[in-house]
Amino acid sequence: MTQASLGQSVVQKEIQSQNNGVASSVTRTQPLWLLAEVTYRCPLHCAFCYNPTDYDKHTQNELTTEQWIQALRDARRLGALQLGISGGEPLLRDDIEEIVIEAKKLGYYSNLITSGVGLTEKRIQAFKDGGLDHIQLSMHDITEEINNFITNTKTFELKKKVAAMIKNHGYPMVLNVVIHRYNIGHMRQILEMAEALGADYIELANTQYYGWSLVNRSQLMPTKEQIDEAERITNEFREKQGSKMKIFFVVPDYFSDRPKKCMNGWGEVFMIVTANGDVLPCHSARVLPNMEFPNVRDKGLDWVWNDSPAFNKYRGDSWMKEPCRSCAEKEKDLAGCRCQAFMLTGDAEGADPVCSLSPNHHVITKAIEDSRNPVIASQPIIFRNDKNSKAIIAGELDDRVKEFHALP
Amino acid sequence: MSVNQTDIYAIALHHRFQWEEAQSCYVILFPEGMVKLNGGAGEVLNLVNGQRTVADIVTELKAKFSDAPDLEHDIIGMLELAIEKAWLRQIN
Repeated sequence: MTQASLGQSVVQKEIQSQNNGVASSVTRTQPLWLLAEVTYRCPLHCAFCYNPTDYDKHTQNELTTEQWIQALRDARRLGALQLGISGGEPLLRDDIEEIVIEAKKLGYYSNLITSGVGLTEKRIQAFKDGGLDHIQLSMHDITEEINNFITNTKTFELKKKVAAMIKNHGYPMVLNVVIHRYNIGHMRQILEMAEALGADYIELANTQYYGWSLVNRSQLMPTKEQIDEAERITNEFREKQGSKMKIFFVVPDYFSDRPKKCMNGWGEVFMIVTANGDVLPCHSARVLPNMEFPNVRDKGLDWVWNDSPAFNKYRGDSWMKEPCRSCAEKEKDLAGCRCQAFMLTGDAEGADPVCSLSPNHHVITKAIEDSRNPVIASQPIIFRNDKNSKAIIAGELDDRVKEFHALP
Repeated sequence: MSVNQTDIYAIALHHRFQWEEAQSCYVILFPEGMVKLNGGAGEVLNLVNGQRTVADIVTELKAKFSDAPDLEHDIIGMLELAIEKAWLRQIN
């Protein structure tokens, strides 16, 4: 899937809304957002995909329709409201229609997160009839060349057709564009395209480096100057066109002094059920050491959320080390991302190295330098596909992953 | 934007307003987001249905919460905020 639903952006939106005084704040943890990563199979091969690079292990043991429906029921009972149906490409499963009907029955606000490949008139009509609330479409660029290059597929024309189909069926048009070196120079044109397509929402998601995008980090990372310019253009566009199209610009954490409040906190509001049934508090949690994540085949979601050691491990702040533990800002970011801390420094309890107060902040500075080093940056992109996933599992691409403390 | 007594509002397109038992509050759900509404805000939006005027809503809530001071001011304030947030659309 795209980085569409990398949680913190959406949660930030929610929290922001809460800050206006209308809403009560979250006082106890509840899985408000359920992300169903129903398959890791995908017809696209995006270089920036955050799915695990060893996803090939999980393509033969997907949950059945009945197991998904049970998971939806259990999560709803725990208070889940927003449902993302994602992947991989969820449309590669032929039971999304059934899942949508059940989601509607249970009272979810449901969202299909798709590349658009496999969306037909017949299927979208079934989704509409079944009560799917919205469809989020990934777009990549205004040029056919970059779209086809970064996804490693010929999908440019198809995406425009699908956008029109979504609009024609009365759905809100929600576009997600992952931003990287190859499209960051086209920000104005991307916004104009979104406007021309009649988009109601557009999320400009600067690449965050997990999974395949971490392997390709030096090839994808734009410069600080490019990001500043992209943000300036976005703000200018926003002012010019008023509130018609909501534009979210997700700031990349590598260029910040402080880490993101990842997932709005571990086990606070997000729950992800993956294709094979593993239940995770965040997309990439399986990289963490000494953790056992529960699986819906063995355990009920109530136990998973409330009692499992995995979901309780990083709740609160008693697990924190210095400099976070005594930091005046710890409530703001909860020490950042556990996965990023472990992947880049080998210490899962340490500060997210994005923080300038982290003793390991140099790994971020080095990553930024590497991305500007022409020799490193000119290494080939490892596209997300079954062949490369198998190669990574077999250790054949070790030179591209050896600097990380787990397989991205 | 100012709210008039004769205005009629409905929940905005692509938004859903519902009672949530697990959270004991009303919520608004929309693409990429959700808002939990506190008691008063939920009571106001619960009466917004594309038929009642603002005056109707004020009257109904005044009857229900007769001892609340300056209720009308709070209701109008809540509606203004909801309009600004694009949770509501005007019908008339």
